[in-house]
Amino acid sequence: MIAPVGLAHYLTVAAVLLTLGVLGIFLNRKNVIVMLMSIELILLAVNLQLVAFSAHLGNLAGQVFAMFVLTIAAAEAAIGLAILVVYFRNRGSIAAEDPSMMKG
Amino acid sequence: MPIADQLPLLWPELILGLGAMGLLLLGVFNGEGSARNVTLGAVATLLAALAVVVFAPPKTAQAFGGMFVTNDFVLFAKALVLAGSAATLVLALRFNAAEAIERFEFPILFLLSTLGMLLMISAGDLIALYLGLELSSLALYVLAAYRRDSARSAEAGLKYFVLGALASGLLVYGASLLYGISGTTSFAGVGRAINAAPGSLGALVGLVFLAAGFAFKLSLVPFHMWTPDVYEGAPTPVTAFFAIAPKIAALTLLTRVLQGPLFGLIDIWQQLFGVLALASMAFGAFAAIAQSNIKRLMAYSSIGHMGYALVGVAAGGASGVQGVLLYLTIYLVMNLGTFACILAMRRDGRMVEEISDLAGLNRTHPGLAMALAIFMFSLAGLPPLAGFFGKLYVFLAAVEAGFVGLAIAGLLSSVVAAYYYMRVVKVMYFDEPADAFDRPFGRVTTSILGATAVATVFFFLVLSPVLDSALRAAKSLFAA
Repeated sequence: MIAPVGLAHYLTVAAVLLTLGVLGIFLNRKNVIVMLMSIELILLAVNLQLVAFSAHLGNLAGQVFAMFVLTIAAAEAAIGLAILVVYFRNRGSIAAEDPSMMKG
Repeated sequence: MPIADQLPLLWPELILGLGAMGLLLLGVFNGEGSARNVTLGAVATLLAALAVVVFAPPKTAQAFGGMFVTNDFVLFAKALVLAGSAATLVLALRFNAAEAIERFEFPILFLLSTLGMLLMISAGDLIALYLGLELSSLALYVLAAYRRDSARSAEAGLKYFVLGALASGLLVYGASLLYGISGTTSFAGVGRAINAAPGSLGALVGLVFLAAGFAFKLSLVPFHMWTPDVYEGAPTPVTAFFAIAPKIAALTLLTRVLQGPLFGLIDIWQQLFGVLALASMAFGAFAAIAQSNIKRLMAYSSIGHMGYALVGVAAGGASGVQGVLLYLTIYLVMNLGTFACILAMRRDGRMVEEISDLAGLNRTHPGLAMALAIFMFSLAGLPPLAGFFGKLYVFLAAVEAGFVGLAIAGLLSSVVAAYYYMRVVKVMYFDEPADAFDRPFGRVTTSILGATAVATVFFFLVLSPVLDSALRAAKSLFAA
């Protein structure tokens, strides 16, 4: 007998997705595109959590919030890719492990 | 309340939003040549919004079902942000022309980012908070990478974008947890839910995620790693903007969130932000010692200064909030002046930014050396300059609230920080002169420099009216 899927399951999945996203940014040494994907993953974790709370509480505010987060995620992806294109034109590579020009 | 009665509360935001759209059309129709006119129009728009904020009858009111809040505290913070944005945009005018990077999108991004800051200062709801924060951040990411033919600027933009987006992701995760425990996104509703069950795990985790997001935006240790790179890589007027307006907006919003919806967790957040303040003050002081680039030095300096201001936030109460507002006012004046000095550092038509380039400045440009020395002494917190009073009132508030150790640690770290500020003065006054900088510095730069230097030296004359209005603003936060 499997227990029905409840709020706790959704929250756990959201927390795992968030952790994966954060680890993806800090452990990833290969590619900046992967970092952009990790950011999307974090925002999707938030959306999942908002919708799960909204369904659990029977309250629409969470779904409205999720729509706003989706919109922001789209804007953020557009700006992130644009900055990445500028970076690539200057450096000729998008590897995250390239030595930084600035340090200290 | 009908919407026609609520709209007048939003005049500053409406002016900025409509101004940005109008100027965007002007820029698009007139092409690249209109950059200067659009910038002047944007400055006029910011000043118009500032006039509305300053002369508006102060009152506590709400609009759009509590999404938008206004009171004395909010108006005070908005006046600081608008003044900082207008002054940095004026400084940018000459820099952009000299570096041949004049484009009309630049002032539009400034306006939109400032609009986002005003909205986040006024937020009365988690959704409004997040949208205001993102509007300001998205424009700032583009501004950091604005100099698109420079690898350093592109790298600054990329780093700021990745870490900034991570910070807002953490912040909105915290906001979603607060929604989960309270079933509403309004600050008032979240506050009621937290007061009803102060020890709930959801509220605690939500607080920690919100705090991490804010700490990123405020460049507090241990979330400061983007600051030096972004400050160094971004074009200098943009760095000045980063150092002033977003910091003021984020810190005042943090104060409102902590004193409002999260007030039920005061015992926990006082400790949390006390530790962050301590780490930022100490790190800002020690890490700046080894710097040779003046923009990086200012980055570590702003990390330290945010730590001092946070002492007032951690102290809480009307005197703590008053201290924060006074600190931010003084921080605005000092940083504006310092960045005006940095913008005057041009040699053979190019920007120079090493501290060694300032060598012997006293003999080549005595006025500039004097002004920069005033700002360095003030940033270090020497009496009777403005910076001293800022530190005095946050430390007093901390002692009043029982955080004697935090105040002592702040004093010790400002002694360490004094070393690197004094080093700049020593290089200017006692080293062999380097080549002179280009002249003239430009009327606008010189007048901002002069005005902020005079304000820094004679701040004690206006101390009591500023303190009074800061206290009134702080009290309006607690009356609501």
